[in-house]
Amino acid sequence: METYTLVVLLLAATIRVATPLLLAALGGLFSERAGVIALGLEGMMLGAAFAAAAVSAASGSAWLGLGAGIGTAVLLALVIAVAGVTFRGNQVVAAMAVNIMVAGLGPSLALAWFDLGGQTPQLNDAAQRFRELVWPGAEAARHTPLPGLLYAELLSGHSVIVYLAFALVPAAAWVLYRSRFGLRLRAVGENPSAVDTAGLSVTGLRYQAVVLSGVLCGVAGAYLSTAASSGFVRDMTAGKGYLALAALVFGNWRPWRTLGACLLFAFTDALATRLQGVPLPLVGVIPVQFVLALPYVLTVLLLAGFVGRAVAPAAIGQPYEKER
Amino acid sequence: MTEPGRLPKWVDYGLLPALNLLAALLLAGGIIRLMGESPVAALKLLADGAGGSPESIGYTLYYATNFIFTGLAVAVAYHAGLFNIGAEGQAYIGGLGTGLVCLAVGHWPFWIVLPLAILAGAAGGAAWAFVPAWLQARRGSHIVITTIMFNFIASALMTYLLVNVLIRPGQQSPETREFAAASFMPVLPFFGAPLNLAFVVALGVAALVWIFIWRTRWGYAWRVAGANPSAAVYAGIHPDRVTLGAMLLSGALAGLLGLNELMGAQHRILLDFPGGAGFVGIAVALMGRNHPVGIVASAILFGALVQGGSQLSFDMPRVNRDMVVVIQGLVILFCGALEHMFRAPLVAWYRRRLEQSNPQSAIRNPQS
Repeated sequence: METYTLVVLLLAATIRVATPLLLAALGGLFSERAGVIALGLEGMMLGAAFAAAAVSAASGSAWLGLGAGIGTAVLLALVIAVAGVTFRGNQVVAAMAVNIMVAGLGPSLALAWFDLGGQTPQLNDAAQRFRELVWPGAEAARHTPLPGLLYAELLSGHSVIVYLAFALVPAAAWVLYRSRFGLRLRAVGENPSAVDTAGLSVTGLRYQAVVLSGVLCGVAGAYLSTAASSGFVRDMTAGKGYLALAALVFGNWRPWRTLGACLLFAFTDALATRLQGVPLPLVGVIPVQFVLALPYVLTVLLLAGFVGRAVAPAAIGQPYEKER
Repeated sequence: MTEPGRLPKWVDYGLLPALNLLAALLLAGGIIRLMGESPVAALKLLADGAGGSPESIGYTLYYATNFIFTGLAVAVAYHAGLFNIGAEGQAYIGGLGTGLVCLAVGHWPFWIVLPLAILAGAAGGAAWAFVPAWLQARRGSHIVITTIMFNFIASALMTYLLVNVLIRPGQQSPETREFAAASFMPVLPFFGAPLNLAFVVALGVAALVWIFIWRTRWGYAWRVAGANPSAAVYAGIHPDRVTLGAMLLSGALAGLLGLNELMGAQHRILLDFPGGAGFVGIAVALMGRNHPVGIVASAILFGALVQGGSQLSFDMPRVNRDMVVVIQGLVILFCGALEHMFRAPLVAWYRRRLEQSNPQSAIRNPQS
């Protein structure tokens, strides 16, 4: 029974950790499938986390904060698109520029506006945060045998953004594989000149894809600062954007596999927190750093083709130059 | 890398970076205004904090030393057509090598320790760059992604080593014991700051990189492979070997950061000592147009930003050191990603000027 409770709690933690990863990774999926490198997930998420917390603190509404987060992330996405698509600059450089800029901008503005040493105020008011939704009967079910706890911890008890993130996986799969927009998006990432020949705008499609990744990163960032914690702190994404990119690569640029990768990475994270200093049978205490580095090692191994094969969109990172 | 047109050297290496920097500073000024402070006063404080006294100049050059190493690292890879985002991790592991030499044999005479420390730093950085390079050359893994992953792996590895293995017994904070005093980098006189011999080493390394890239057969091969990989194959150059060689040298250069930061200033290995210098190296290389002279100049500029920025945050409590990071990001944006934005109008302007002074060229280009 004790182990069972532990496992359920571990899985519940996995879901919570996976949510921002999943949102950002799905955003990156659209961007990369359209041929624009999604290295800016980190910066867009961090910018959104700051904006969401700042606006929520000032206005008292988590929903307004979410809107500000999405707006900020879209703005940053547009910076990447202007530099990388319109001016055909190096997309990697554009994304790194945004990441570095935002890493400084968040704490700077927070200090100037709130004077709390680079943080936003604590969001204590119930309306300032996205609270956990408790499903009907969850509290009563918690104390009943096996399935009760599962219901109370895994299905119930998450914020609305968590359910949104998981619902977005089939939606993303449908858009990508079943809709006209998705077909065009995939085409523009594989063979932009064919799309151009068909009379569609390569630039327009890539802008839509990058903005879409901004929207999703905006939700992810708002989740970090107004749902998973209560306020913005310096470097609060802590590499989650890069981890989301790794999950996307690990998921072979496909929505369902990306979900799997996000859950796997989140599980290692939740496990690492649990295993801190706990001796295991046979192996003893596993250093927590090894568990934390596991997603990166796995992604490198996958990229190297040692476990499966990762096939990136063919035109990724290449600016498209229209023929004259 | 398509060049939309040719520009004279003074425009390419002088005016263009200056315009880019100006745009970045103007935007940063706007942000400072947004914070309710005066941008002009902030710039004055920044300049004064970075160069107002021998001590502040010493600090500026001390920070610049780190950026010269990482800037050269990014530039060398860039010449070979590779984008090395992993300088941070390579500097971290390189510093481990340097630090281990100082811990093990730091009591030996300095002039024996120094070459060993340089070798160990270079070897550590090169080793950390080797795996992504090999994976790119032999297995086609995207080097940008793998070098990022290796930054995180380096960070996890170093945390593990410092917390569990190298930590000084009976101490809470994850640091090693102090190096033997004999292995400290000699501090340069006059400045009275952590400015040390590593700055001179960095200048020497920059000169060597210049000779290597523009005056040797290898450097030429790397530049050909970087500019046009398929032409390089026809010229008998092996792109795989170029990838491996360039990344090894790139990692080795980043790995030298420990000479300044550990041997010169901290005198022990501690958590996260590169402190983002690997990423600043990207800005430095882009702004210095990947040329050692430009890199040294822009490294000093970024050193001044860091030093002036810390002074600024003392005097203007509403502006903190993170503002410098914002400026770094803006410089990367304007010098790197948006380079065509200023470049194309400049090319047009320069062509028009040529045509006015020399009607012959107008005949060759009748439409304009």
